[in-house]
Amino acid sequence: MNATPAAIALRGVTKKFGHVVANKNVDLDVRRGEILAILGENGSGKTTLMNMISGIYYPDEGQIFIDGAEVMIRSPKDAFHYKIGMIHQHFKLVDIFSATENIILGIGDGKYNLKAAESQVREISERYGFVLAPDKKIYDMSVSEKQTVEIIKVLYRGADILILDEPTAVLTPQETDKLFQVLRRMRDDGKAIIIITHKLHEVLAISDRVSVLRKGEYIATVNTAETNESELTEMMVGKKISLNIERSEPKAPQDRLIVKNISCEGVMGRKMLDDVSFTARSGEILGIAGIAGSGQKELLEAIAGLQNLSGGDILYNDPKTMQTVDLRDKSPTEIRELGVRLSFVPEDRLGMGLVGNMDIIDNMMLRSYRRGHSMFLNRKDPRDLAQRIIDDLEVITPGATTPVRRLSGGNVQKVLVGREISSHPKVLMAAYPVRGLDINSSYLIYNLLNKQKEHGVAVIFVGEDLDVLIELCDRILVLNSGKVTGIVDGRTAKKEEIGLLMTKTDYGTEVQANG
Amino acid sequence: MFSMSVLVTFIHQAIMQGIPILYGSTGEILTEKSGHLNLGIPGIMYAGGISGVIGAFLYEETLPSRDAINPVLAVLIPLLSSILGSLLMGLLYCFLTVTLRANQNVTGLALTTFGVGFGNFFGASLVKLTGSEIPSVALTNTSQFFRAYLPVADKLGAFGQIFLNYGFMTYLAIIIAFVSAYFLRKTRKGLYLRAVGENPATADAAGINVNRYKYTATCVGSIIAGLGGLFYVMDYACGVWSNEGFGDRGWLAIALVIFAVWRPDLGVPGSIVFGGLYIVNQFVTGLPMRDSELFKMLPYIVTIIVLIFTSIRKKRELQPPEHLGLSYFREER
Repeated sequence: MNATPAAIALRGVTKKFGHVVANKNVDLDVRRGEILAILGENGSGKTTLMNMISGIYYPDEGQIFIDGAEVMIRSPKDAFHYKIGMIHQHFKLVDIFSATENIILGIGDGKYNLKAAESQVREISERYGFVLAPDKKIYDMSVSEKQTVEIIKVLYRGADILILDEPTAVLTPQETDKLFQVLRRMRDDGKAIIIITHKLHEVLAISDRVSVLRKGEYIATVNTAETNESELTEMMVGKKISLNIERSEPKAPQDRLIVKNISCEGVMGRKMLDDVSFTARSGEILGIAGIAGSGQKELLEAIAGLQNLSGGDILYNDPKTMQTVDLRDKSPTEIRELGVRLSFVPEDRLGMGLVGNMDIIDNMMLRSYRRGHSMFLNRKDPRDLAQRIIDDLEVITPGATTPVRRLSGGNVQKVLVGREISSHPKVLMAAYPVRGLDINSSYLIYNLLNKQKEHGVAVIFVGEDLDVLIELCDRILVLNSGKVTGIVDGRTAKKEEIGLLMTKTDYGTEVQANG
Repeated sequence: MFSMSVLVTFIHQAIMQGIPILYGSTGEILTEKSGHLNLGIPGIMYAGGISGVIGAFLYEETLPSRDAINPVLAVLIPLLSSILGSLLMGLLYCFLTVTLRANQNVTGLALTTFGVGFGNFFGASLVKLTGSEIPSVALTNTSQFFRAYLPVADKLGAFGQIFLNYGFMTYLAIIIAFVSAYFLRKTRKGLYLRAVGENPATADAAGINVNRYKYTATCVGSIIAGLGGLFYVMDYACGVWSNEGFGDRGWLAIALVIFAVWRPDLGVPGSIVFGGLYIVNQFVTGLPMRDSELFKMLPYIVTIIVLIFTSIRKKRELQPPEHLGLSYFREER
């Protein structure tokens, strides 16, 4: 086996985006007839690495070899020439076309013969055991069928090195099993397969070898048969780094928000939240950890009254009236009036909550316009508020009348969080408030949250960085595929422990079995 | 009320009314399939008309006498100048919306205003050149070649009147519509064009040159639409150009796109229906002037009904291209 060169080999590959190093000195080998898993947390550089193999990015340093010969992959077309096919997380399909029409899109100038193409598609399906009707329209398809179309698309183009970017993220367990069967069949057919994932049990189930990346760095490659979950977790999350974030002891914590057994379903009937229960206390920061898309957004939206729940209760102890109310009976506006505030920082920052073309004052008014009773807007109060936020949070801006989109990311986030804090909330939910911020701005936000905590606010903090969660939060709730897999104490929690809770399925049963 | 001969005249006139609209809608469908909502079509049809008129006028001016006219040149010169005029309009629209990614609605409306103004300006200038008392330019000499039909038509009674009694541009319109339908549904390039209008990112990833398809479809669409303007002056209006004479036919063409659910082949019967509805008031006797104008709303009302119907059915095939009206930005990092 070692005599034949690897189907694709990377040596010392490095990629930087500005100052951010996405991949640093990565070595990788994939042989024909094997499945290699690439394991890593969010932002560990898995997708960037694969994008370099598939020609979307070009490496800054390092070499790529195909069958032992060094190659330059400068565009997706080059990658296609070397028979590399990538199946992206976000499908690129035309909805009103049939499967076949999508598959033949952009290739060949020969005679246009849909029937012949359909029979070819059918042939590929049968060979690898896909279930797909070639003439079915994409808009009629389930997510898993769409994925099948994407896979057949690269096979139809003759790919024999396949890269799948988190293919199971959108699949049900049954569909995942089916996909794995197909992948094994393709492996046995002599194809080299790379699968990107952060789910440990899938790595163990499907791969022959595992390469681990952490924060852009290549850690190691191990044979799947010779490793186990805890070893992989340790490689993935690494040692704890000290950040020195202040953390005060909670003062007289009281149960403020009691979430009981809530569930909600997303598109295609996938459970986005599955029987989630927890309590958020006043004067405490509750962290929420989890792989991206594990239900964090749905959970916060459920509390804010923006999700349709299929079951459960959200009880709120109102400190003003000393009464307990069920937030499920309330409209989003009523929930806001009760003092439950949500500030969500989406990936594109301006997507939710702020209007980019409006200035800071007008964005303040988006939350307060209902208070006005005259036909004309009262701009005085929001102007004062905007000025206060600019002064208190040191927002760097030419003035309160500058459109928000002209501010830098950190300053946009300060405005967003500042607006919610200004309303003296009782429950403050902050999702990814430090996303994309530099270190100083991040500490500013941590301090803001800590100050709220000292004022007796129940803070819920959804974060991505485990080191931050462990140092900032009093307790950390771990979400995994919509389920709560654990609530740990931030003061005593181990990083590996949280990492395992985030990535492993069937945690309860298996861990008990393992002792 | 309708005698046989009236019915035959009605159908004949409905088709004559429908043809300019059919040109416009076929052109607009091709454009929209590339994801561009060209609201400049009324202006482009106007420009296509006046460009043809200018070409014909200049040609007629060079002739020593009426009889010296060459039939081939008399057709070719207006045809080519019309194509050139609407092509330039199409290129302008493309440059603004494809290359500069300007807002398509604003650009289109501006182009319509521009095209109408352009037409009126040159129309008035030509009138001045002729020194005529009436505010119109008559190119009857050129028009006779556009209006020429097979002599047998007159001998075949109703059949001849309904099917054969038309100039060549009528048949050209129908042929273009069916060829466009075939192109969109049955050819590889048609598939790619539809992919561009539905989901340009996907088309781009598949290696299709998105901007080239957008430019080509929009420019070819503009040329076809412009021919509608030419047909209107040279055939329907017997070679007489008068400012604003074209009316709202450009907007009717855009309405027909919706009525025909983005299918050029359905545009053919659709244009006849529109043409019929447009002139039905002339066939209802004893109607006061002001009421007859109400009848001209009928095509729009029918379009709204179709729109309601297709919106309720929610069938994806009856919907406009998904990316219609949106500029395409390639993701860049």
